[in-house]
Amino acid sequence: MRAVYLDNNATTRVDPAVVEAMLPFFTEQFGNPSSIHSFGASVGQSVKKARQQLQELLAAEYDHEIVYTASGTESDNTAVLSALEAMPGRNEIVTTQVEHPAILALCQHLEKIGRAKVHYIGVDSLGRLDLEAYRAALSDKVALVTIMWANNETGTIFPVEALAELAKEHGALFHTDAVQAVGKAPISLKGGAIDMLSLSGHKLHAPKGVGALYVKRGARFKPLLRGGHQERGRRAGTENTPGVIGLGKAAELAIQHMADEQGRVKELRDRLERAILQRVPNCFVNGDPLERLPNTSNIAFEYVEGEAILLHLTRQGIAASSGSACTSGSLEPSHVMRAMNVPFTAAHGSIRFSLSRENVAEDVDQVIEALPEIVENLRALSPFWAGANKEPNAFKPVYA
Amino acid sequence: MWDYTDKVKDYFFNPKNAGVLGEANAVGEVGAISCGDALKLMLKVEPESEIILDAKFQTFGCGSAIASSSALTELIIGKTLSEAVKLTNQDIADFLGGLPPEKMHCSVMGYEALMAAIANFRGEVWKDDHEEGALVCKCFGVDEGMIERAVKMNKLTTVEEVTAYTKAGGGCLTCFDKLEELLAATNAAMVAEGILSEHEAYRLGAANAQDLKSKAKAAKAEAPRTSPLTPASPLPPAGLTNLQKMRLIEEAIAELRPYLQRDGGDCELVDIDGSNVLVSLTGACTGCQMASVTVSGIQERLIAKLGMPVRVIPVKQHAH
Repeated sequence: MRAVYLDNNATTRVDPAVVEAMLPFFTEQFGNPSSIHSFGASVGQSVKKARQQLQELLAAEYDHEIVYTASGTESDNTAVLSALEAMPGRNEIVTTQVEHPAILALCQHLEKIGRAKVHYIGVDSLGRLDLEAYRAALSDKVALVTIMWANNETGTIFPVEALAELAKEHGALFHTDAVQAVGKAPISLKGGAIDMLSLSGHKLHAPKGVGALYVKRGARFKPLLRGGHQERGRRAGTENTPGVIGLGKAAELAIQHMADEQGRVKELRDRLERAILQRVPNCFVNGDPLERLPNTSNIAFEYVEGEAILLHLTRQGIAASSGSACTSGSLEPSHVMRAMNVPFTAAHGSIRFSLSRENVAEDVDQVIEALPEIVENLRALSPFWAGANKEPNAFKPVYA
Repeated sequence: MWDYTDKVKDYFFNPKNAGVLGEANAVGEVGAISCGDALKLMLKVEPESEIILDAKFQTFGCGSAIASSSALTELIIGKTLSEAVKLTNQDIADFLGGLPPEKMHCSVMGYEALMAAIANFRGEVWKDDHEEGALVCKCFGVDEGMIERAVKMNKLTTVEEVTAYTKAGGGCLTCFDKLEELLAATNAAMVAEGILSEHEAYRLGAANAQDLKSKAKAAKAEAPRTSPLTPASPLPPAGLTNLQKMRLIEEAIAELRPYLQRDGGDCELVDIDGSNVLVSLTGACTGCQMASVTVSGIQERLIAKLGMPVRVIPVKQHAH
C-alpha cells in the first residue's frame, strides 16, 4: 500500500537538501555565532546567510528585519505582547474569529486578565473577512491589528496588505501570522504597511523548533525574552544554529519551487476537489474557492463524522486531517467552521487535504479512488442519512 | 491520532449488528447531529420473558462511538431487560479493552441509548442528563455539567470535596485550575440563589494552591471508589519475614493482575527494599495517564495485605 501524505498544513517533510545543509552544524560547526574566535565567526557568517535567504523569500528590505524564534507560536506571542508594551495609551487588539490558537488563546487570556480589549472580526460563509466590522473596530485606541495571511484549516487568504494600510491610518501596528502562507503564496514586504510577520520552519520543509518574526525596520518593538544581545537584543538566547541554517536553506528552496506550488500543486488540488465533488453527493468546499492557498482543500461531507473518515483513510495509507470535534478531544467543531456558520450537518464531517511540492498525481488518484466508498459506507451507518435531502445539486460547488 | 485498542478498531472497521431492525419494539435515540455524535439503538424484545432477541444500531460519530455502539449490541443480545439494565458504560469500555479518557463519553452514549430503549419498551420516557460543557478531568472523563451538579446538590465548597464526589482531579490533577474556577463560579451562583452563605463559598486565591493540591491528592486516596483496586479489609500481621512479605506481595499482585490485564497492562514485583516495594508496570500501563492511579491502587492493596505502610515505586525493567 502506498503511503499518501496530504497533511502538509500540519507539518511537512524536511527536504533532504535542508538536512544536508544542517548536518555540519551538529558536528564540526559547533561554535557559538556570538563568539569572536574562528569557531564562532564562521557559524555567525552562516547564520547571516540564512537571514539573507529569508529576507529574499519575504522580499524584505533589510536582512536584520528577520528575528529568529523557536516557533510560529513564539513569533505570534512576541508580536502581540510587544505591541501592547510598545504602544502606551493603546490597549485594544483587533483580530479575527478564525485565527490560529497561537493568537486566539493569547488574546482571550489578555482579555481575561484585563490587559487588553479585543475585537474579534467575523467572516462570511466563505470565510471572507467582514470588512465593515474591521473598519468599525479600528480607532486610535488600537495598539495592534493581528490578522492571519492564510487560514490553516481552509486556506482562505485575507487581503492583509490592504488591511495593513487601513490599520496604518489609525496609527496601529499590523502583524500577520503567515505561517501557512510563507512558501506557498508570493510575499513582498518591502515598501508595504505590514510591521510584523510570523513564520514557522516546519511548514516549509525545514525542521520543527525554528521560526522567525519579521519586524519592519523602525517598527516599535519590545522583546519577549530578555537576556543576551542575540538578534540585536530582540530575542535573547543562543541561536538554534542547525535549525536556523535549515530554515535559510528551506527559504531558498521555497523560492525555487514557488512556480511549482502555484501551478502543478494547485492543479493536483483542483483535480482532487473536482473529482470528489463529482463522485460524492452532499459535500461542499469550505472557504473561499478563489482567494485560497494553492495546496489546501477543505471539504465538508454531510451526515458523517470526520474522525471516522480519517480512520478509514488511514487504513488505506492516506493521511489527512479534520476540524471535527472528536479528533481534537473537544465537544465542538473547530472555531473556524463555527465562525463560517457551516451547518451542523456538515461541520463535524469536514476533512482537510493539504498538499505540497512532494505530492504526485498518483497520491491524488488514490484518494479519489478510496473516498467515495468510505463516505458511502459511513452514511449507511448513520441514522440521519435515510431522511437526508439527497438532491445532487443541493450543494452546488462554487468553483473557479 | 487516538490510541485505540485493536478491539475498538475491529468493531469500528467491521461493526457487528449495524443497520435497521425492522421488527424493533424498543428504540432508544440519544445524541444529536449538532453534538457530533448520535446513536439509534433498536431492540427486539420478547414480551413475556423480556429477553433481548436481537439488537441493531445506527450511529453518527467517530471511531469509538461506532465501536461502542456495536459493542453494546453484542453485550445485550440474549440478556433479559433486567439483566441489561445493570450494564454500565464502563462495561462497554471494558468490552472494548478500554477507551481513551477523552472518548469515555462514547460509552456513556451507549449506556444512555440502552436506558432510553428500555424506557421506550416500558412506555416511559427516559430522562436525558447527557453531559454538558467541556471535559474538565481527562483522566476520569468528568465534564463541567457533572461537576456543577455535584457541587450544587452536595454543597461542595473545596476542591478536595469535588474530587471525592466526582473523581475529577483524581488522576494527574492538571485540571486543578479549571476545577478551582468552576467551583468558585458555581459557589458564587449558589450564594446568589441563597442556597449557600457567602463565608462558606470557595473563592479563588483563598488559599495557597500548593496546599490545596496536596489536600486534593489526599482526598483522592479516600475518595469513594468502586474500583477493584480498592483495598480489602486490612489484615494486621506483625513481624513478617522478608519471604512472608514477598509471598503476600506476590499474592496481592496476582489478585490485581486480571484487572490490569483487562486494560492491556501488567505488573511485576522487582525488588523489596525495606518498606519500598519496587514494581515494573508493563504493557498498556507504561506511559498511561492513569499509571499513577494504578500505582496508588496497588499500594493501597499492599498496605492492606501486609498491615504495614509500604511505598510502591514503579521502576523500569529490561525484558527478560
